[in-house]
Amino acid sequence: MTMIFGIPVQAFLGQLLVGLINGSFYAMLSLGLAVIFGLLRVINFAHGAQYMLGAFVGYLLLTYLGIGYWPALILAPLIVGVFGIVVERLALSRLYDLDPLYGLLFTFGLALVLEGIFRYYYGVSGNPYAVPPLLSGGTNLGFMFLPNYRGWVVVASLIVCFGTWVLIEKTRLGSYLRAATENPRLVQAFGVNVPLLLTLTYGLGSALAGLAGILAAPIYQVSPLMGSDLIIVVFAVVVVGGMGSILGAIVTGYMLGLAEGLTKVFYPEASNLVVFVIMAIVLLVRPAGLFGRDA
Amino acid sequence: MPELTLRETSAKTSARLEWTLVGLGILALLVAPFLVYPIFLMKMLCFALFACAFNLLLGYTGLLSFGHATFFGAAAYFTAHAVKVWGWPPEAGILLGMAGAALLGLVMGFFAIRRQGIYFAMITLALSQMFFFFCVQAPFTQGEDGIQGVPRGMLLGVLDLNVSLNMYYFVLAVFLVGVFAIWRIVNSPFGMILRSIRENENRAISLGYSVANYKLGAFVMSAALAGLAGSLKAIVFQFATLTDVTWQMSGEVILMTLLGGIGTMVGPIIGASLVIGLENTLATSGFPVTIATGLIFMVCVLVFRRGIVGEFYARIFGRAGKD
Repeated sequence: MTMIFGIPVQAFLGQLLVGLINGSFYAMLSLGLAVIFGLLRVINFAHGAQYMLGAFVGYLLLTYLGIGYWPALILAPLIVGVFGIVVERLALSRLYDLDPLYGLLFTFGLALVLEGIFRYYYGVSGNPYAVPPLLSGGTNLGFMFLPNYRGWVVVASLIVCFGTWVLIEKTRLGSYLRAATENPRLVQAFGVNVPLLLTLTYGLGSALAGLAGILAAPIYQVSPLMGSDLIIVVFAVVVVGGMGSILGAIVTGYMLGLAEGLTKVFYPEASNLVVFVIMAIVLLVRPAGLFGRDA
Repeated sequence: MPELTLRETSAKTSARLEWTLVGLGILALLVAPFLVYPIFLMKMLCFALFACAFNLLLGYTGLLSFGHATFFGAAAYFTAHAVKVWGWPPEAGILLGMAGAALLGLVMGFFAIRRQGIYFAMITLALSQMFFFFCVQAPFTQGEDGIQGVPRGMLLGVLDLNVSLNMYYFVLAVFLVGVFAIWRIVNSPFGMILRSIRENENRAISLGYSVANYKLGAFVMSAALAGLAGSLKAIVFQFATLTDVTWQMSGEVILMTLLGGIGTMVGPIIGASLVIGLENTLATSGFPVTIATGLIFMVCVLVFRRGIVGEFYARIFGRAGKD
């Protein structure tokens, strides 16, 4: 058997794949956080809860209505997005003039409520969500065995990340968005409906979290706690990358996922800690973050 | 969060009112164990001290730490370990817990003060989650079981803390000393500089203050006092568990402070009493605590940002703070 650094190449690539999958979710979630933060100046603590919500919507659609994975892939982000729009209209929009910390505290409360509700009805244990038949099984790549669904998640997350990047950097709507980030008053004076733009942005960010959730459902168990454990790691990712750029958020997400996978190969005990350690090092060397523009 | 606090003009009248309240409060706490279950009161006092220590940072320095559970929980572990495994007397165990929390505060603060605002909050949260994972794996915390059956022991070799009333008055004494220390810090020249950093960091820098050192100092003091509260809790309840180092605990202390009134001396105490009381009530009703806590968070942020004590001041002195 081929060895890399004294470790069987299969095990090595296997952990690297796990890292890549985790990285895909870090990238999608930190992307959503960056999009929301860019315009709203709100750190969306509920992002993890919205990710959990996406997975649960998929699970509930399947269990109670018999709606399968592919329709859920559209419906779950839509439902979570609409939920986000309602939250933004009713509550978040009242907090824009205040210290950004209030937005963080409000969404923290929202996350607690969402998590509490699902915990109350579904307990803390996970609910399995079957891999869709089209993507079950795996492919032998010659050097390793790739479960099809995992391959799909990597591809899908790349498409989502690229799509969001194109939407924001290359389209007219995206240019409004970026302009409103720089100077909302001036953009409003040009006749762009900025409050609507803010609402849609929060909806889009929430939908991205929901989409990540439904993509995650067949890999991880659908559980009320799946979001809160993840969101703290994603915060560390955001601190490492800096929220200045969309591309930065994506690249950092994948990088840290891979770093975590590599650590799992060489020193499994530290795999939970490695993202935080990297964060600490980045804070020492480059406090503004790898892609950050301001300190 | 500058918009929450009272301006200096009403400071004198508010100080007089605060002293009256403090006098009444201490009186009530002295007789309370004869009326209310002492264990509940001691829990309340521990969390009230925790919230006051947290408020030193959020209310008076303007730094929102999302990682204070680390100091509270770590100190509880240190004290429990020293008292149970090494057989230290309780007072030495508590001092060790405080020192350990201060040291952790120094490390976390060193990293966190490199960024401001929400980044500061996220960094403290991430570092405290790292400490949580450390506690899950480290052998001395005994994992999911926690350190149980910690003996209360004899205070200074003479006072038997197993007697409920002795324990209560010891906790009350430590609580009062802790809160007095915070009050002294806040009203010292050092505290004034902290407030100036909260109000306008750039101006404080341009006046020549090394803001980073002041922030770190405040962070360490806040951590040490939060540790004092955690150590005390370990002695009272005779155990230290993972619950105390979770991010939910960090959230809880924020809620206590927010509900009572950020940047007021008595606010966190009232907030802590209410939250602990509510949790006690809910524990028997079967209604999930997280939902209640989350809802209070949302309501506080939306309509009640000054907190109970802050709103009370605003009503009494007619200073309708614009926010």
